Amino acid sequence: MSKEPLPLGGRRISGRLDIRNAARSFNAVRAVDGVSFTAEPGRITGLIGPNGAGKTTLFNAIAGELGVDSGEIALDGERIDGLSPYRVFSKGLARTFQIPRPFGGMTVLENVMLVPASQHGERFWNTWFRPGLVAREEKANLGKARAIIEFCGLSPVEKQLAGAISGGQQKLVELARALMADPRIILLDEPGAGVNPALLDTIVDRIVELNKRGMTFLIIEHNMDFIMSLCDKVVVMAAGKVIAEGLPEHVRADQMVVDAYLGGAAA
Amino acid sequence: MSGYIAYLVFFLIVALTYSIVVMGLNLQWGYTGLFNAGVVGFFAIGAYGTAILTGPDRPELIGGFALPFPVGVIGGMVLAALAALLVGLATLRLREEYLAISTFGIAISIQLVGLNFDALTGGAQGLTGIPRPLFAVFGTPGAYNLFYLVLVGTVTVIVYFALQVALHSPWGRLLKAIREDETAAASLGKNPALVRLQAFVLGSTLMGLAGGLYVGFIGYVSPLDFLPLLTFQIWAMLIVGGSGNNRGAIVGAVGVWALWTMSGFAISRLLPVHYQSQGGAIQVIIIGLLIVLTLLFRPRGLIGEAQAVSRHVR
Repeated sequence: MSKEPLPLGGRRISGRLDIRNAARSFNAVRAVDGVSFTAEPGRITGLIGPNGAGKTTLFNAIAGELGVDSGEIALDGERIDGLSPYRVFSKGLARTFQIPRPFGGMTVLENVMLVPASQHGERFWNTWFRPGLVAREEKANLGKARAIIEFCGLSPVEKQLAGAISGGQQKLVELARALMADPRIILLDEPGAGVNPALLDTIVDRIVELNKRGMTFLIIEHNMDFIMSLCDKVVVMAAGKVIAEGLPEHVRADQMVVDAYLGGAAA
Repeated sequence: MSGYIAYLVFFLIVALTYSIVVMGLNLQWGYTGLFNAGVVGFFAIGAYGTAILTGPDRPELIGGFALPFPVGVIGGMVLAALAALLVGLATLRLREEYLAISTFGIAISIQLVGLNFDALTGGAQGLTGIPRPLFAVFGTPGAYNLFYLVLVGTVTVIVYFALQVALHSPWGRLLKAIREDETAAASLGKNPALVRLQAFVLGSTLMGLAGGLYVGFIGYVSPLDFLPLLTFQIWAMLIVGGSGNNRGAIVGAVGVWALWTMSGFAISRLLPVHYQSQGGAIQVIIIGLLIVLTLLFRPRGLIGEAQAVSRHVR
């Protein structure tokens, strides 16, 4: 493992995500209503709020699945709002889904190997006319994928179909896929939901380890212990707006947050 | 005895021609999840294209360029590819049943153009007298059919291996990912529309190739050869053989075509003369029954999909 590929090797800080006045409506419902905050580079930013607060809509807007009606989203200063999901991804923003979306009919290994952008072997004519090039590329990607799979603790299941492993493992597959792209920032949508405690420890541990190496994270999560222990900053949304933002302990003490969301859960 | 062998040769030529169509459909449906219900349309375009390019000049018709057979077949493939590109650009935002309905309608339209555009297609008469490649070289029809079987067999093998190489690669992985979950694939930086279009055009090109080979063998083209029934038969071949596996596609093509021709033969022998015209319906019922039985007892087909995609990952 001495030659661990990026983002597993070395330390680098990047991935500043600026959201300015982002808004997104569905008919009369303003699901995201003028949201502004920054996910600082090299930090873990938590995004919390009650169900229906607009967190996942915001994620989908950032990732290009929905787009924004107004406002700006910028990654390291470059506007990414209005781009399609695959363009946003190619700019260095990777995301996971609330409910994992592995390619269930493909092995874990191939889920991860799918990811590298613009593979020569993704052009079918290259598979006929430049087989050597494709084979070399696959070999390189295989090495990198195996290193990432090992990092995520998935080596024992790498040959299994991704549809046949546990939900928690599927979340790790999504993390592994994100890492395979050498992203600048990773958006995790409820990485801890429905995951057994042992696997949750693995997920937290991997996030911390990646963050130590400079990876920026923006995480939606309902598990308060998870958020409070992991995040450098917490942004609280309710009814489409940001109602509080700051250090975890400050947010926890904010009366408005307690009223809107934490209530009994914080006790 | 020699009659049976001659018939077997004839049967295999047609079955292998269809197996190329099934491999084209397998690329679209088995690997990429595109529900093309207009298979016969692209087969027809390849057939008419080849017939028009290689056929003898007729003053009353457009076309009849008397070009060499390989040029005609390649021309037919190009025409099928262009048609697929147009159809693809117009419909690939449609999913599943919507794509199916659109392509079904397009195939009907193509068949109706064949039936009614007399000046180009010869209308209901079709185009006859299409030269059969190298026919003069072989003295007897029997020897010629044997030659044509070798030709079609060779093309089938080439198509099979070319597809295997392309599919057991990152490209095949990409197709499969699009089939499994387009949204997730897009979130991983893949362009689903482009990939779907590639699979649709390439698959339809193979259908065009098969159409050209078919015309070269039978020497004429008629709109009656391109009824929706053929699309149904091709789908049956893919489902029975095993969607997502090209060996399954070939086995399914030969198997279902064998069942079709044998049932037709049996009906013609066993049914009283005045029921013969209804016999064709029995054939369709048998194929429908075969599909149902396959889906019940062997849903992945005779030879199912392989688990690993890329041959580089084993």
